[in-house]
Amino acid sequence: MAPAIELLGITKRFPGVVANDRVDLVVEEGEIHAICGENGAGKSTLMKILYGMLQPDEGRMSVDGKEVSFKSPSDAIERGIGMVHQHFMLADQLTVLENVILGSEPMRSLGRIDFEKARQDLATVSQAYGLTVYPDELVETLEVGERQRVEIIKVLYRGARILILDEPTAVLVPQEVEELFRNLRELKEAGSTILFINHKLEEILVIADSITVMRQGRTVATVKPADVTAGDLAELMVGSELPSPSTEESTVTDVVAVSVRNLTVLDDDERTVVDDVSFEVHRGEILGIAGIEGNGQAELIDALVGTRTATSGTIELEGEDATTWPVRDRREKGLAYVPQDRQREGLLLQAPLWENVALGHQTQAPFVRGPWVDREGSKKRTMEVIDEFDVRTPGVDTPAHALSGGNQQKLIVGREMTSNPDILIAAHPTRGIDVGAQAEVWRDLRRARATGMATVLVSADLEELIGLSDTIVVMLRGRLVARLDPEKVTPRVLGSYMTGAALGEGGS
Amino acid sequence: MTAMLQRFGALPAWARYSLAAAAGILVLTVVQSLEPGGLERLTSGTASGAMLRWGVPILLAGLGGLYSERAGVVNIGLEGMMVLGTWFGAWGVLNGGPWMGLVYGLVGGALGGLVHAIATVTFKVDHIVSGVAINILAPGVVRFLSSELFTDFAGGSITQSPSIAPLGNVTVPFLAGGNILGWRSPDILGAIDRWDIFVLSDIASFGRGFVAGVGIFTLLALACVPATAWLVWRTRFGLRLRIAGEHPTAGESLGVNIYWQKFKGVIISGALSGLGGAFIAMELTGFYREGQVQGRGFIGLAALIFGNWRPGGILVAAFLFGYPFGTALRDLDGRSTHALLLLIVVGLVGIMVLSIRRGKRVDVFLSGGMAAGFLVWYLMTETAPSWLPNALPFATVLIVLVFAAQRLRMPAASGRAYRRGGDT
Amino acid sequence: MTDGPADTLSPRRPPLPERPGVTLGRRALLALAAPTIALVFSLLLSSLVLIWSGSDPLPAYWAMIRNGGRLEVIVDMLNRATPLYLSGIAAAIGFRMNLFNIGVEGQYRLGAFFAAVVGANIVLPSILHVTMIILVAMIVGALWAGLAGWLKVARGVNEVISTIMLNAIAIVGLLAWLTVELREGPLTPNSGTKYIPTSGRLPHLNSWLEGFTREITGGRHLSSVLLLAIFAGIVYHVFVNRTRLGFDLRASGYNRAAARAGGVRADRMVVMAMLYSGAMAGLVGMVDILSRNYRFDSEFRPGLGFAGIAVALLGRNHAVGVAVGAMLFAFMDVSSPILQLTGAATREIVIIMQGTILLAAVVAYESVRRYRERDETKRAAAVLAQKDSE
Repeated sequence: MAPAIELLGITKRFPGVVANDRVDLVVEEGEIHAICGENGAGKSTLMKILYGMLQPDEGRMSVDGKEVSFKSPSDAIERGIGMVHQHFMLADQLTVLENVILGSEPMRSLGRIDFEKARQDLATVSQAYGLTVYPDELVETLEVGERQRVEIIKVLYRGARILILDEPTAVLVPQEVEELFRNLRELKEAGSTILFINHKLEEILVIADSITVMRQGRTVATVKPADVTAGDLAELMVGSELPSPSTEESTVTDVVAVSVRNLTVLDDDERTVVDDVSFEVHRGEILGIAGIEGNGQAELIDALVGTRTATSGTIELEGEDATTWPVRDRREKGLAYVPQDRQREGLLLQAPLWENVALGHQTQAPFVRGPWVDREGSKKRTMEVIDEFDVRTPGVDTPAHALSGGNQQKLIVGREMTSNPDILIAAHPTRGIDVGAQAEVWRDLRRARATGMATVLVSADLEELIGLSDTIVVMLRGRLVARLDPEKVTPRVLGSYMTGAALGEGGS
Repeated sequence: MTAMLQRFGALPAWARYSLAAAAGILVLTVVQSLEPGGLERLTSGTASGAMLRWGVPILLAGLGGLYSERAGVVNIGLEGMMVLGTWFGAWGVLNGGPWMGLVYGLVGGALGGLVHAIATVTFKVDHIVSGVAINILAPGVVRFLSSELFTDFAGGSITQSPSIAPLGNVTVPFLAGGNILGWRSPDILGAIDRWDIFVLSDIASFGRGFVAGVGIFTLLALACVPATAWLVWRTRFGLRLRIAGEHPTAGESLGVNIYWQKFKGVIISGALSGLGGAFIAMELTGFYREGQVQGRGFIGLAALIFGNWRPGGILVAAFLFGYPFGTALRDLDGRSTHALLLLIVVGLVGIMVLSIRRGKRVDVFLSGGMAAGFLVWYLMTETAPSWLPNALPFATVLIVLVFAAQRLRMPAASGRAYRRGGDT
Repeated sequence: MTDGPADTLSPRRPPLPERPGVTLGRRALLALAAPTIALVFSLLLSSLVLIWSGSDPLPAYWAMIRNGGRLEVIVDMLNRATPLYLSGIAAAIGFRMNLFNIGVEGQYRLGAFFAAVVGANIVLPSILHVTMIILVAMIVGALWAGLAGWLKVARGVNEVISTIMLNAIAIVGLLAWLTVELREGPLTPNSGTKYIPTSGRLPHLNSWLEGFTREITGGRHLSSVLLLAIFAGIVYHVFVNRTRLGFDLRASGYNRAAARAGGVRADRMVVMAMLYSGAMAGLVGMVDILSRNYRFDSEFRPGLGFAGIAVALLGRNHAVGVAVGAMLFAFMDVSSPILQLTGAATREIVIIMQGTILLAAVVAYESVRRYRERDETKRAAAVLAQKDSE
């Protein structure tokens, strides 16, 4: 029998990067096939090609033994391929039913939608695969897990036999992950083929029948879960030449730089998302904050930087009470910030690089002189940043959007380091950038630490946290639930704290 | 009170609207009884008839805005498209009679919509920018066309067309005494009105305005409301239109051609505003005159927002905004319109009460202060100024936005540039 | 790629600066491409319309150009361009902040009205009197615009909607009322506010201009508000591009979240930008009030607010670009009578030309912008590839 999917020599280039480099992939019918790899390894690009959202520059694809070339998702849908996107493709103001039938609506005369038939079809699909949804609810009111079910039903409703799931567990809490896996197994029983993108090794080993590992745009191996350990997979994913993010000897001093006491922060919907958090960071120390995304880390960071006001509790910077200071005052006191979403919070994409480097320092020399912008000074300093942090760009007047992700990130890190800050708040500083840039960012963080900078580091990359941090705290549902020694902790143990599984076995 | 509101919310739509309308007339009756000297009853059939006629252009513009924004394109070019509609409507009547005027107005507006669609969808020009450009371009185009075409007609000039015929009226038999095959049926609502019973007569009189001597054009416009509700919420066309405004990438990922949806939405938008323009020329004034749209496109936009991007809401808003024009027209001494100030006070006090219940202190002070201001205005003056009906729709919408901006539901992706294959 | 060859790069030195000649030439070319395309497109379209209406386009354009060279017409043009420019700058301040101040129309009319009323009812020495009138106009304009800013920041009301509503309230509400209430003399079609005494009127610039040329005939006066407009343009340019506050303003326009993370109080910037924009809008009516009609009456010119948006868009919000846009629109405005006079074409053709230029320009700018973005990305990628291959 022909494999469900066969890819041969697929290559896809973007300006400046080869996202997929002669990728080969074989997915047998009726299996759960995991694709794993680091951020930027080319997984998502490959899936978009498979779903017709992108067209490959080279290579061949066949589905069920027949060669295909997709111009749009419609072609892929026609071939029985469906995709569950990482960022849900659901309209909040439409009902579940409307979201599901969109694009393949059952019709009556006069262009009317046959809602009765649609409802029945939906019920049939949801019963057949044990996926419960309420057709008339607005998507807006659904929880994340429910939304994902709607996405899966959407795909099944179109009669897809091959499902692509792009990082489906990234947004789920552990119980929801279990539920999802149960659903996936039922789908497999019913004869579907599932392609599952992930970079969480434990999850892959639990659910997959075969695993393909990607690294730097290439497929490096296809293995069976029984034959490998998580360690083997990790090595395949990162390769052996990868510099590990280790911090050598301790530089921690006993001078407190950041002191947070009983901090409570509400989110936009006025729910408590940071709940009575206290910690201290010393000069020369990197404090790592671990936690599954959405457990309050983002809001804690916002409160530290000053873009979100604390409801109660205090924040002291270098011994001064900074709880009510605006962002600018904190920055002038030596606080630097590497945001988690560089395009949303870090850069003025349309503005030239030198203005981007000036941002955040626009009250300080050499960027300004009195009330005036010092263009010469700013450009000179920008050149220094470009030079020192190896930002690859045609010039200081190039707009920021033209740079690749890694270079944008290096620019931000460089900008924040250029004022020799005392305190650095860094959120996912290496997310979505290539391995080389990642190593450089790590090097920069270590260097600054050695000169006495205090760092608060939030990251989803556990290796990074363990490698860089002097202390690790775990955040769960807005609280700090554990304080761990990075010398002794493994990713697996850390993960069990993050999910709450290990609580009571040695927490704070 | 909460329980009452809940029970009210559980009623079917037609019952909710009728109850609300009855309550509105009750308030009007009470308000007008405080203003005994007025020449014109606020609840008279002529008031409701005028409200209907003055509400129609606003309604059509508002519905036009709905199609565009539901497809994700903000359309402040409604005003310009209405201007096109007034001219083309008049030109159509001159060339082929009233029905042709309707068709021409529709097509003229649709052409404006086409320009907006090409600019915003094909070339990704900012929606507001394109709208402003159309509002600047449209008066120039019709002025040019008038100078070329209307000056050839007797009674026509560069700013005005010769007078044109409207589409004609109907009066419903029995309810308002319309004719059936030459036989004059009894006028039931008229009779109830003459009994002069508190509220009941007012309802009859007000209702009679909807069925006596109603323009066919008006009826067509009113028919657009359920038609829109059906088209946008029950058909495939509507579902695909809405995905373009809510989450275009989701639509694209399921094989829906988003560009095409947007084109359809914006062109229909132009067609309906053009129809509204034609209505102004044909039914309200009886000829085309330069500048006769007078911001009704913007009032339509206001109605769209007030109506929360839904056809029923737009209808209510159109009547609400058209009503002061209707009364002011016959209210020569401005005393009846004066009573509307009290209506605003009532509305603001309502908001204040709601804010107290929700515990929003700023809102309480804000609405209370504004209510007090309007009350003082009401008490200190005898008559309403003539400009009040013109400014009222805008002030109302601004007040609504001040207190409910977060509660209104504009299509999620409205106003954003959409690019095929773009990453979200 | 046309520039940045590998041999100019040392391994650790980033390739800085670019060869300035090539880049500048390229930029200038791209910057000029869009308005040129727009102008050509608009001329083509207008020619089609002219031919359709039975006129010969070339003589019509020739009549416009020849007429535009006359000194009197140039004076008219400058008087016409001055308020357009101020209005364009008012809109541009908003645009630089990513705010659509559609409300310039209401702001300038309201500002001019109050300025005329206050100016007519106070007695002050000349310079103070004029300054007072200008200040009143700016403050009223700023407050009316600031209301929209406050609504956006405090109540989440989109500024496009609120300024449209505020326009209407100002024009069909407040002004319709106040011009009747505060008029001088009986209610006639021509009635207006009381005249501003001579101490509150601006001297004209005729003698200065005549020093360079010849006597200006036809009773035309070059308004000295022109100098105010030039000054305002310089202040705008320097403020937005060279000051710290201007940087904060632009940064919030580019990306509100990033600006906030960079220490900018973005909400305050919104209100401030609206205040500045409204204050600038207040100046728009000053030509009529200070050096033409000396009161607010039915001669007061409406529509300059929307025209200002057009001019700002044409000029890409750049102080000089907006000036060019304003001159272009003013040129067309003053050319229309000559078309009628010489029988070359209908005068209304210029409104169509203005409209199509605007529409064609925004389309062309958007297309060029996207082309440039792709180009920049490609060039940055080329540098990357080059360094990797070393």
